[in-house]
Amino acid sequence: MKGIDRRTIDKTKRVLWGFTGEGIVYKLAVYFLLSLIGFVYLYPLFYMITYSFMNTEDLINPLITYIPSGFYMDNFAKAAEVMDFLNTLWQNVLASFVPAVVQTVSAAVIGYGFARFRIPGKSVLFALVLATFIIPPQITMIPQFLMFKDLGLIGSIFSYIIPAAFGQGIKSGLFILIFYQFFRSIPKSLEEAAQIDGAGAYKIFAVICVPMAVPAFIISFLFSMVWYWNETLLAALYLGDKLTTLPLELQNFAVTYQKVFPADPNAQTGRSLNEAINMAGTFLNIIPLLIVYFFTQRWFVESIERSGITGE
Amino acid sequence: MKIRYRLREALIGLSFIWIWIVGFLVFTCYPLIRTLLFSFSQVKITADGVKTTFIGWENYRNALFLNVEFGDTLATYFVETLVIVPIIVVFALIVSLLLNVKIRGKGIFRTIYFLPVIITSGPVIKQLMDQGATTLPGIQTIIEMSKLHESMPELLADLIVFLLTSFITILWFSGVQMLIFLAGLQKLDSSMYEAASIDGASRWESFWKLTLPALNPMIIVNMVYTVIMQSVFSLNPVITQIQSAMYDAKYGMGYSAAMAWIYFLVMLVLLSVLVLVTRQRETNR
Repeated sequence: MKGIDRRTIDKTKRVLWGFTGEGIVYKLAVYFLLSLIGFVYLYPLFYMITYSFMNTEDLINPLITYIPSGFYMDNFAKAAEVMDFLNTLWQNVLASFVPAVVQTVSAAVIGYGFARFRIPGKSVLFALVLATFIIPPQITMIPQFLMFKDLGLIGSIFSYIIPAAFGQGIKSGLFILIFYQFFRSIPKSLEEAAQIDGAGAYKIFAVICVPMAVPAFIISFLFSMVWYWNETLLAALYLGDKLTTLPLELQNFAVTYQKVFPADPNAQTGRSLNEAINMAGTFLNIIPLLIVYFFTQRWFVESIERSGITGE
Repeated sequence: MKIRYRLREALIGLSFIWIWIVGFLVFTCYPLIRTLLFSFSQVKITADGVKTTFIGWENYRNALFLNVEFGDTLATYFVETLVIVPIIVVFALIVSLLLNVKIRGKGIFRTIYFLPVIITSGPVIKQLMDQGATTLPGIQTIIEMSKLHESMPELLADLIVFLLTSFITILWFSGVQMLIFLAGLQKLDSSMYEAASIDGASRWESFWKLTLPALNPMIIVNMVYTVIMQSVFSLNPVITQIQSAMYDAKYGMGYSAAMAWIYFLVMLVLLSVLVLVTRQRETNR
């Protein structure tokens, strides 16, 4: 009798805790922690979304803290007008899509060069590639700005494209590293076989290696795009007054708002800028990225495993 | 024959990387030298171009000793980064350990935790912060009720308030680090853990003796990554000051260049402190 008891106890214990801590209690604790952390992660977004639908009465009403009394869309209409949403969105897409493509292609070519060929002084050069990642842009942007000004490229997208094409765009060093690691992981024997068949280095790169590196291309492109999209320091400096992006418009939101909806002493309340309109503007700002993330999240969250950037 | 082959290979290799070499010289090396020269000069932008007059260490003296605000901001940046970087790295490590447990739906959690990396831009964070959306409700009350500033030294109290009010920032800046740790954890050999558990090691012991040493390279990578992310983020007060000095007619570009160089050096010191401490831990083992 006692033996059976002990056996059942042992079995229950095993189900609950597991041999290596993989039991039910353990898993529940992990779920609890993950959900708690997840809530804290998303809290600012919940806050933003609920506030963006509130009208002026909701904002004042002390009884309404989270759930607005209805879907009040006027905030979005105002915010979109202030940011000139569609127009800005198009410019933003242009100013992130094109540099991202250019940066990815150049990083692939450079990364391949570093991964495959014996070049004298290569290790020094590659150390410099990594060093460019550490140099803060503040230190190089004034002379770059002056350079582009002399070339008349301020306010054009070329001030973004040209450094990217030469592997000096936003975090280019990181993308070169991704391609370097990726190309090194491709077995060399494939290329050697092609070489014996008489294919030249460029042909091998274009026909054999590039198709194999599709994951690296996707990862680099997505991250480049997101980083170019969110860039404000360089954008404010290089794109000047001619091009604008959603983050830049959000930066000047309050000022632009005053211009678009000037304070009118005779007007009824609800005309001035309030939290709800601010949050609607912020929400509009990140919606495009949320949509991109929704469709591509696998590529983002698996990027580091797939690109093998952590090395072996 | 062999030398010719080597030369050929090097030339083909160069044909791949020359764009980077040219780009580095034109867009990184030359600007670096130019800001260094600027930082020792009075820079005036005139209609015929940039005019510089050499003034020695003046800009650096002004930035460090005359401009009280810059020194203060720099010191705060140094202390806050020194504190927040290990916290972000440890937090990322804990989350990645949780995500490494074999449970269903961890993909959803991973997607949620990585989301902020996508939407984090300076203006978005600033809007959320101004709105009070980045502090959990109740935290402000706790801070007020606990009367931190009365019972503790100023610096420590400031630090605790900083941590309590900015911990969503800590979370939001740990996405990439979390993925780096996760990739490292997935490479660990499970037979190693089985052997350890047969030898009587508890999970706790095998974490400290097996997992952590194996993750050491990733800890260093994450430290470096976090310092850089924190340092170049556009809301960083040091950066805002460098930026505004640039457009300031009184100070000018030379002064701003000196500030940028000081900032870069402080950042390098910070990086080496964190990397050395992490390395130290490794060699002590």
